[in-house]
Amino acid sequence: MTGIPLTHILFLSTALFFIGAYGLFTRRNMITMLMSVELMLNSVNINFVAFNKYLYPDKLGGVFFSIFIITIAAAEAAVAIAIIINLYRSHHSIDIEDASEMKY
Amino acid sequence: MSAASIIFYIIAAFILGTGLLAVTTRKIFRASIWLLFSLIGIASLYFWMQLEFLAAVQIIVYVGGIVVLIIFSIFLTIKSGEEMPKPILKRNIFAILAALSGLAYTARQISLYQFKTPENPAAFELKVGDIGRQMLSTTDHGYLLPFELISMLLLAAMIGCIVIALKQKEPVNNLQS
Repeated sequence: MTGIPLTHILFLSTALFFIGAYGLFTRRNMITMLMSVELMLNSVNINFVAFNKYLYPDKLGGVFFSIFIITIAAAEAAVAIAIIINLYRSHHSIDIEDASEMKY
Repeated sequence: MSAASIIFYIIAAFILGTGLLAVTTRKIFRASIWLLFSLIGIASLYFWMQLEFLAAVQIIVYVGGIVVLIIFSIFLTIKSGEEMPKPILKRNIFAILAALSGLAYTARQISLYQFKTPENPAAFELKVGDIGRQMLSTTDHGYLLPFELISMLLLAAMIGCIVIALKQKEPVNNLQS
């Protein structure tokens, strides 16, 4: 536990965040884009917890932020999947290129 | 190198490898399973940091909730055996470039910044009782207001999901009259 410096955990979460960003850029399917967003949210959670544990061990703020972020991510995933299913019903596709009239 | 740090690097490699597979594999069902493994890896990272409560929440909400929801919606919307089309080469190159440059910039900033170390770094321990007490207290470092806001948000999101995904049997203007 003591052997790992804080920066290594931050490198891990940064790499995970940009893996999620890469997925968000390249995927054209709404469900896989949602998965990429989940990966990015998880990397942010790792950051909060690591800062809490290493820099402010007498407080619990980072842990609370992580719990709230997990809750919001659950709500976000549920709403996004409801929208995706509704879109599939009207367009019969969940590719974002087929839903371009939602832009305007 | 101690055993704990070796375990950390194994967990990190597991998270990054499965995460990379989750965003690059072309079968969508496999992508969701790789995402599942990546989330389990993050939960084990929380276990490694001795945050057992957070690891349990991670497993319950993400692995047991969100991934199952995603798999359900995959089966409801697309044929899961089909391969997704390859990303366009130009877009792929620019996405890799953007991700790598962002990664390099952030990693350089992290390695240059001097984090100040606290006086007693081993004193951190997470008690579930403390979380419960702070979550419902109104004094300093109490989180009652965000707790209530989050519960309202969850309620609103669930009602919104039901309303959005509800099958409309008759036209909308008939419902309003």
